[in-house]
Amino acid sequence: MEVWVSQVFNGLSVSSILLLIALGLAITFGLMRVINMAHGEFIMIGAYGAYMTQQIFKSYLPKSLFDAYFPVAIVISFVIAFAIGYLLEVTLIRFLYGRPLDSLLATWGVGLMLQQLARSIFGAPNVAVASPSWLDGGLTLFSGTVLPYKRLFIIALVASCLFAMYLYIYRSNAGRRMRAVMQNRDMAACLGISTRRVDAFTFAIGSGIAGIAGCALTLIGPIGPSIGTYYIVDAFMVVVLGGVGKLVGTVAGALGIGVFNTLFEWWTDASLGKVLVFLCIVAFLQWKPMGMFAVRTRSLD
Amino acid sequence: MKKGNWLKGLVLAMTASLVLAGCGGKNNNEASSSASSSAPTSSEASSSAPASSAAAAGGDTVKVGILHSLSGTMSISEVTVKNSELMAIKEINAKGGVLGKQIEAVVEDGASDWPTFAEKARKLLTEDKVATVFGGWTSSSRKAMLPVFEELNGLLWYPVQYEGLESSPNIFYTGATTNQQIIPSVDFLLEKGKKKVFLLGSDYVFPRTANKIIKAQLAAKGGETVAEEYTPLGHTDYTTIIAKIKEAKPDVVYNTLNGDSNVAFFKQLKDAGITSADLMTISVSVAEEEVKGIGPEYLTGHLVAWDYYQTTDTPENKVFVENFKKEYGADSVTSDPMEAGYVAVYLWAAAAEKAGSFEVDKVKAAAKGIEFNAPEGKVTIDGDNQHIYKTVRIGEIKADGQIVELWNSGGPVKPDPYLKTYDWAKGLSDK
Repeated sequence: MEVWVSQVFNGLSVSSILLLIALGLAITFGLMRVINMAHGEFIMIGAYGAYMTQQIFKSYLPKSLFDAYFPVAIVISFVIAFAIGYLLEVTLIRFLYGRPLDSLLATWGVGLMLQQLARSIFGAPNVAVASPSWLDGGLTLFSGTVLPYKRLFIIALVASCLFAMYLYIYRSNAGRRMRAVMQNRDMAACLGISTRRVDAFTFAIGSGIAGIAGCALTLIGPIGPSIGTYYIVDAFMVVVLGGVGKLVGTVAGALGIGVFNTLFEWWTDASLGKVLVFLCIVAFLQWKPMGMFAVRTRSLD
Repeated sequence: MKKGNWLKGLVLAMTASLVLAGCGGKNNNEASSSASSSAPTSSEASSSAPASSAAAAGGDTVKVGILHSLSGTMSISEVTVKNSELMAIKEINAKGGVLGKQIEAVVEDGASDWPTFAEKARKLLTEDKVATVFGGWTSSSRKAMLPVFEELNGLLWYPVQYEGLESSPNIFYTGATTNQQIIPSVDFLLEKGKKKVFLLGSDYVFPRTANKIIKAQLAAKGGETVAEEYTPLGHTDYTTIIAKIKEAKPDVVYNTLNGDSNVAFFKQLKDAGITSADLMTISVSVAEEEVKGIGPEYLTGHLVAWDYYQTTDTPENKVFVENFKKEYGADSVTSDPMEAGYVAVYLWAAAAEKAGSFEVDKVKAAAKGIEFNAPEGKVTIDGDNQHIYKTVRIGEIKADGQIVELWNSGGPVKPDPYLKTYDWAKGLSDK
């Protein structure tokens, strides 16, 4: 019983992390159709954003304020990743719309460059980020079953990111323009929308959300130049399984992969569990090639 | 039509990312994965390259190669080893060099890519005509270089602890083999009454080989393997593994995880409310440099097994640490593989002095029995297998990130890469 409770929670927790790393990609890849191999590096940028924020708090601010660094780090990570994403879109990505293979290779190259850049700036070894003390420990349900606060925090963070994205995409004017451009660029342009600006902004938002993911991941994982490579496969999996272009699909994809991964890993081992998950995904995509939630629109493709 | 492209792109993307992820995992810190690197030396010694010796020894300098990954995922670990090797060369040069010649280091980047290691090894041997090469970290890099070194009769000094069961005539191993790290640490655990052992490792050759040895040892000595789990390289979510550990209720977790996975594992272990007081872990791939990257607060009280710590109390180590900090910054740390790289340079220099030559075959012959007062204490080259005698040390990680020795073997242990002296290990080495 205890095991089931903790495994269900673990499944949710893994899902929330998958969703967090896939949300940004759901925009840059899902909506904009850029096969963004540099997505993992935006996660890395966010992680280093958290590291830098922490160093600044350590060096310049009184110790009592240290625990406040984390919320600030989330904002700073978003801003840095947003800015770099914007720059990347303006200088490179905008020449690659509608050319998936080129965008794949170009963004991969960008990813490698960003990794090496991080190595030059921060050094090759991992850096340590101390998590704020208010996230230490966990909620004890009954003896032996602890729900770590960090995991709960990440679930809450994902929920708020999701909610904010929902408001932005489906309930704001900017979001309506974004959807219009993604669905029918020519028509949107005819109606007076600056598609260039919308593109750049959309890509930057996707990158910024990857930055938030990177910041949150410092709580539970390593922070080094190559961490992006650990997450990129999972991120693509989630978006593809859920159905490219649908936010709700991304949520469902993350839940499915997270829960099944945890279950399979429990029954077998980590390597085999991953293989089984991949097999299930392949089988599912045979049955539904467009993913769980296909976008039905005449303008696509 | 667009759709077709799309799918193609996607497939490509996934493949590419898998490849990336695979490489990423390997990195890290641990050397263990395999330590086999073969070093090439170009020296002349080989019959196939007779002319090269003269070139290597010619002039007032002698060239040596340093071949580590300075970029890519392995650079995390290998850059520090390159630094300590360069420091050793600088020290030797300040004292007048070897055989009256200044050592000139030719530094090449293996780029965490195994074919690149082979290519650069060949370049060092044939173009630069170096007298010896110091380098490698993973087994994969060693295996890639090995044919090159054997073909050109080169000499490689491999500075990382590894899974044993190897002894190439062209390689000197200055890191620990299993009977200088893993086996004594298991004995230590059994002595402390930690009989139920949970084996956790990354899924590749080093942890699997190491665990095979540990299981045989536990079975022979009254211990018990309660579970054996492997995670893919670069795995970042350990909640399920931790749940399994809780279920199995072991006395100790024997950790052979590699690299970044260690960070995720220890952070999540602490989040699950498990400290070293509740559950002891012992790691063979976590040294001072990794402790810095994980954060000492997650590791306090956990055990590690190596042959050298920054805190090791010898006069040579005081000088070594002091010089290293002077050279590379006050917050830099020294670790076992770095020390092994440093020792390798000194051992090679001593062997060349004794041989009166830089020729590979002469240096190899002279190397037998050479002693050196290393930062870890006295080390001796074993003529039988080209490994070195080393003192084994079990340490505990402290809150300041330093490792304090709890136990040592009392003196250097004879290397036994094929575990011939252990009855229970029969059958492990013949594959």
